[in-house]
Amino acid sequence: MYDILFWFFSIAMLVCGLLVIANRNPVASALFLVLLFVFLAGLFVLLEAFFIAAIQVLVYAGAIMVLFLFVIMLLDIKASERRKFRALGVVGGIAVAVAFVWELVIILTRPLKPLATGGDELSGGLEQVVKPLFANYMLPFEVTALLLLVAMIGVVLLSKRELK
Amino acid sequence: MIPLLLIHLIKIACVIGVMLGIVAYTVLAERKICAWMQDRIGPNRVGPFGLLQPVADGLKFIFKEDVLPHHVNKVYFTLAPMIAMIPALITIAVVPWGSQLVIPSVSHDPIPGVIANLNVGILFVFAISSLGVYGIVLAGWSSNSKYPFLGGIRSSAQMISYEVCLGLSVVPVFMQVGSLNLMKVVEYQAQHTWLGFTQPLSCFIFLVSAFAETNRLPFDLPEAEQELVGGYHTEYSSMKFAMFFLGEYAAMFMASALMATLFFGGWSLPFAPFNAPAQTLTVGLIHIGIFLAKVCGFLFFFIWVRWTIPRFRYDQLMTLGWKIFIPLTLLNILISGVVLAVITK
Amino acid sequence: MTSAITLNDYLIVSGLLFALGIAGVIIRRNALVIYMALEMNLNAANLALIAFSKFNKLVEGQILVFFVIAIAAAEVAVGLAIIVALYRRKQTISVDQLTTMRL
Repeated sequence: MYDILFWFFSIAMLVCGLLVIANRNPVASALFLVLLFVFLAGLFVLLEAFFIAAIQVLVYAGAIMVLFLFVIMLLDIKASERRKFRALGVVGGIAVAVAFVWELVIILTRPLKPLATGGDELSGGLEQVVKPLFANYMLPFEVTALLLLVAMIGVVLLSKRELK
Repeated sequence: MIPLLLIHLIKIACVIGVMLGIVAYTVLAERKICAWMQDRIGPNRVGPFGLLQPVADGLKFIFKEDVLPHHVNKVYFTLAPMIAMIPALITIAVVPWGSQLVIPSVSHDPIPGVIANLNVGILFVFAISSLGVYGIVLAGWSSNSKYPFLGGIRSSAQMISYEVCLGLSVVPVFMQVGSLNLMKVVEYQAQHTWLGFTQPLSCFIFLVSAFAETNRLPFDLPEAEQELVGGYHTEYSSMKFAMFFLGEYAAMFMASALMATLFFGGWSLPFAPFNAPAQTLTVGLIHIGIFLAKVCGFLFFFIWVRWTIPRFRYDQLMTLGWKIFIPLTLLNILISGVVLAVITK
Repeated sequence: MTSAITLNDYLIVSGLLFALGIAGVIIRRNALVIYMALEMNLNAANLALIAFSKFNKLVEGQILVFFVIAIAAAEVAVGLAIIVALYRRKQTISVDQLTTMRL
């Protein structure tokens, strides 16, 4: 069951990824990206990272992609819908991707460093993730909050009609 | 003995069935209560007291012509109502509708009164219900005409804004309970006190945000018949329209269920034997009854408010959300944190 | 849970997703779609991190992903605001036509 789900989520996710970049229509791309995030959340659940899976759907699929859709719909996308892909770009893109996969294959066929065996199994519980977040990683957490604030102010400034 | 999988399937079928049944009758209740408030009679022709009206409505929707205007984007136009309806039906999976059912002839262990007992329960609800906005955005965009588009944009802006309020308003609840698991939240309330009394501000903001989130009056700007014709469902007809309609009422059901679960004790009542997980089948069934009664109470409240309060202006809605509720929720979290720190010291 | 799925399988999936993201960035000319492809790259990294976290029994991977998601939210908001501002000035979001580094 676990294996079937893993292959289902993985393949569905990769197909969605392919459709994101292959689709002419940005709205379709965005919707396939949403699907991709949902399948990825499925993989996270298989890895017993329930908290991350939930915020993945909440933040990526529920907030970020809505923003994307908003922007796509507010801008006039008709021109880009018809534009053809450039041959050089396509060849280059595929070449880079293939090179990357090749590199990955070389790395993964080498023996990996043995996995840690001593530690406790992650239970997938919420506390296990959240406790260190507020204890050991308090400073990064606060800095992230600050970063979000800065981003928010920046967006408000950028969205004003006229930049002075 | 029945295999576990079968028990789960039966549970899912029952929950969805009961939910859709209540949703269908909420539509009737809405018409009846509205009529009553306006000193009319309301639907009374189909069946005794008009009780078969939902069936008639359903049949009517099915047999109406399914118009697909030629200027719409067909794929997204068809997809949108489904996306709008499904999230509300999925999220019910984590809401506990009863404590447990002890049926020795069916299974050794008591059957928990929830479909999926997730430890990230409420996050799951927010995550899935935040997907509902796609249905509305897509409906507005794919209709390719101005009123639906305006309605869609308004609605998604409104839903995103109030999602923030909704999420922040329940934080104090979980600070007090110490778990995101909705089952645990209800058990905490059964043992201690209802969170609606200890967190009144949370409760109030959650309730108002739920109105905005479900696009109900006084926040039904996305539809706003007088100015937007019908908002994002202007171009829809037949079953596609019915799906939006059901989606809205299902979301209302979910909001009521969450209100009952988070702030008003879910299946529990503050006295024995209803304040502990059921040990007998009878008590278990009564727990389910208590939960459904609370949900119906909130559904009535939703309808009551709709026919009482006029619609907000759009800028008022946004001001309320961003300038009043979000600062208030943050303050509420701060105060709850301080109080909890003092108490637990 | 006993299963035939190993860390390598997750890394392969993550690597393939990353490769798709890179290909998307290079192939597409629409700034918005390029941005989506970048999000795919971030998510590929997230998947690898979570898989490492699970198989190495270290919770730090998940915490890192939490930060990645939070920062991605900030980054997307700013990026989209920039794209909208660009569109207002130039009436295009094709990177072929956005060749100057000034507004």
